[in-house]
Amino acid sequence: MNLSGAKALMKSLECEHVDTIFGIPGGVVIPIYDELFNQEAITHYLVRHEQAAAHAADGYARATGKVGVCMATSGPGATNLVTGIATAYMDSVPLVALTGQVTTDLIGNDAFQEANITGITLPITKHSYLVHEASEIPQTIKEAFHIASTGRPGPVLVDIPKDVQTMSARFEYPKKVHLPGYQPTYEGHPGQIKRAAKAITEAHRPVIYVGGGAKISGASEEVRALAETIVAPVTMTLMGMGTLPAEHPLSLGMLGMHGTKYANYAVTESDLIIAIGARFDDRVTGKIASFAPNAKIIHIDIDPAEIGKNVRVDIPIVGDVKRVLQKLIPLLKDTHTKEWMEKVQTWKREYPLEFGETGLKPQYVVREISRLCPDAVVCTEVGQHQMWAAQYFSHRHPRNFISSGGLGTMGYGFPASIGAKIGRPDETVFDLAGDGSFTMNCQELATAVAYDVQVKVAIFNNGYLGMVRQWQELFYDRRYSQTKLSEINFVKLADAFGAHGIRVDSPSEVAPAIEEALAVPKPVIIDFRIEPEECVFPMVPAGAALNEIIDAKNGG
Amino acid sequence: MKHTVSVLVQNKPGVLARTAGLFSRRGYNIESLTVGVTENEAISRMTIVVAGDDTVVEQVTKQLNKLIEVIKVSDLTKESYVDRELVLIKVTADSSNRAEIMQIVNIFRARIVDVAPKSLIIEVTGDEGKLDALISMLKQFGIKEIVRTGTLALGRGPKVIQSGKD
Ligand SMILES: Cc1ncc(C[n+]2csc(CCOP(=O)(O)OP(=O)(O)O)c2C)c(N)n1
Ligand SMILES: [Mg+2]
Repeated sequence: MNLSGAKALMKSLECEHVDTIFGIPGGVVIPIYDELFNQEAITHYLVRHEQAAAHAADGYARATGKVGVCMATSGPGATNLVTGIATAYMDSVPLVALTGQVTTDLIGNDAFQEANITGITLPITKHSYLVHEASEIPQTIKEAFHIASTGRPGPVLVDIPKDVQTMSARFEYPKKVHLPGYQPTYEGHPGQIKRAAKAITEAHRPVIYVGGGAKISGASEEVRALAETIVAPVTMTLMGMGTLPAEHPLSLGMLGMHGTKYANYAVTESDLIIAIGARFDDRVTGKIASFAPNAKIIHIDIDPAEIGKNVRVDIPIVGDVKRVLQKLIPLLKDTHTKEWMEKVQTWKREYPLEFGETGLKPQYVVREISRLCPDAVVCTEVGQHQMWAAQYFSHRHPRNFISSGGLGTMGYGFPASIGAKIGRPDETVFDLAGDGSFTMNCQELATAVAYDVQVKVAIFNNGYLGMVRQWQELFYDRRYSQTKLSEINFVKLADAFGAHGIRVDSPSEVAPAIEEALAVPKPVIIDFRIEPEECVFPMVPAGAALNEIIDAKNGG
Repeated sequence: MKHTVSVLVQNKPGVLARTAGLFSRRGYNIESLTVGVTENEAISRMTIVVAGDDTVVEQVTKQLNKLIEVIKVSDLTKESYVDRELVLIKVTADSSNRAEIMQIVNIFRARIVDVAPKSLIIEVTGDEGKLDALISMLKQFGIKEIVRTGTLALGRGPKVIQSGKD
C-alpha cells in the first residue's frame, strides 16, 4: 500500500496506540494537520505555546505511564519545545516530539523558519531522527516509541521535512525493531543480587533511598516489601515521592536540601544505603564527601552510566528495579535493625516538620488540600511551593506527584496538569503553583477552558519569586534584587479566560475555597494570599553536609 | 593517563556529531578522534584517545554505550594493542641542510613526499613516541606546518571486537 508521508505518520501513530497529541500547527506541518483533520483515533489538543505542548505531553506520560506525544512546526515552533524536551530528559519521561522541517532541498540554507532542531536537542534527547524519505517513516516511528519507552525512558525527537510528508512510499508497519546498539539490561546479575542480600542481612543501620526509577519501573509494591521484610526506613527523592505512602510507619519522607531532618540524619548515620532508581543528585546528597560517610552503598539502576557517576558504589546492580527487587527479596533473612529503628523513630518524634501559626501559612494550605483531596494527582511548578507540596502533602500513590525535579522548570506544572487530567480524566488534578511560575504558562487557561479540562490551580501567592527571595534573605543579607513581583488579579485573569477564580486571605477560608473549587465544573484558580516572607525549612545550605541542616529557629 | 578507546558505530548521518558532542558536553577531553568505515560498510570504527583517570574513562565508556547508534565500546588500553598515526610535516629546507634532514628521515623510516627549493614535506607513521622524537629532531630546521591523522588502533592477536553489545 502506498501512502503519503503524512498519512504514513498517522498510520504509524495509530499502530503505536497514540490517542492524544498536544501541538500547534505551522507552515511545514500543514500536510500532517491535514491528515489529522480526517481521522478520529487521535485527539489533538491545540495549546497556546509549544512549550506547553511538550509539558502537557510530559504530564500525560507521567500520570499514565504511556508515551506522551507533542508536535510543532519548524523553527520557532520546534525551539519552543526545547525547554519541555529538556525537562522530560532530566526526569526520564517517555516523550515523542514530532517537528516539521523545511523541505530537504532547503535544509542548511537558512531557509524561512529553519532551525537545526536535531542539533539543538542533541544533548537533551535520548535519540533523534531527521527523516529523509517517506519510506523511513514507519521504521522511524516504531523505533522512536521503542526507544522513548524502554530501558531508562526519555524524549525522542523526529524531525520530518515538508516534502517527506507529501511524497508517497510503500507503507508497512514493522513488527520488530533492530537496534544492535540498544539493548537495555533488565535482569540484575544474580551474583550481585546475592552480594546485596548478604550486605543487607549484615547491616545494622540500613536506609532505603528511592528515586524516580522506582515509579517508572512500577516497583512500589516491591519497595514496600523490601522495607517491611528487613524493617528499614525509606526515604524518597522529589521524583520518588509516593512510592511508599507518606503515612507508612517506615517512611521518612524526602531527603536532601529540603528533606526532613530525620531522613537526613538517618542517611548520615547509616551503615548501608540501598539506592533504588536514584542518581545521587547534588540536591539530594549535599556535600558529597560527607554523604553517608560510614555506609556501604548498593545501587540498583537500569542505567549503568548512573552507577559510580557521583558516589563510589560497593555493590552495583544494573537492571530494572522491579525485577531486581523481586529476585532480591526472597534471599533476605533476619536483620538486626531493632535498635536502629528505635533511633530513627526518636528522630521522627523529636524533629517533625513544623510551621508557625501567624497569617495564612502555605504549609497549612497544602495540608488542607491533602486532607480534602487525599487521592488527587498533584502537579507543581518550581520554587518554595513545590517544596511545601513535597513536604506537606500526604503522598499516597506513585504516579500522583508530578514535578520537574532535574531541570526545575518554572511553568511546567500547569500544562503538565492539563496533560495529567486528560490522561486520567476521572481524577482530581491540582497544580500547586507559585505566582511567578504560573504566569510563565498561564496562557494555557485558554486550552483548559476550550477542552473543558477541569484542573484546579492553587496559587501560593507570596508576591515574590519566593525561593530566590529566600536565598537572598538567608545568604545575601536580605537584598531582594529582582524578586518582588507586581500584583496580578488572578480572579479576573481566570474570569477573562472563562475559568473560575477564588481569592483566599485567611485560614478559615481555605477549606471552603477548596470545596468550592472541587464543586465548580470548570478549571479553577484559587489565589491563596500566603505569608509573603515564609521560608522553606528545614534546609541544607548549598555545599553543606546533610546533617548540617538548619530550620527556622537556627537559620532564619 | 591516556586511554585509547575503540568504538563501533552504525554508519549513519549525525553519529559523529552525537559522539563528539557527548565529549564536549560532559567535559571530557578528546586528544584525538578518527573515524572510517570497517570491513562491514554499515559500521564505522572510531578510535578516540581520551585523557583522564580510570573513573573518567569508565564514565566515557558508559555514556558512549548509551548512544543508540553505538554498537560496542572497548578500552584498548586494558589489553595489548597496536596504535599508529600518520603525520605530514613541512620543514624549512634548502641545499645547505637537505642532506642532513634526509638522514634523519631515513633513520626514522619516514619518507619525503614533496620537495621544493625552500621546503620539504615528510610523511611518517608510527606510534606517539616515534612521532614525537622525529618532530623534536626536525624543530631545529624550522617546522612550517604539521597535520596529523589522529591515532588508529587495533587490539593484538586473533580476537576481534564483535558488533553486538555485551
Ligand atoms: C524557567 C525558570 N526560570 C528561573 C528559575 C529560577 N527560579 C527557581 S525558583 C524561582 C522562584 C519561583 O517563584 P514562584 O513561582 O512565585 O514560587 P515561590 O518560590 O514563590 O513559591 C526562580 C525564579 C527556574 N527554576 N525556572
Ligand atoms: Mg511566589
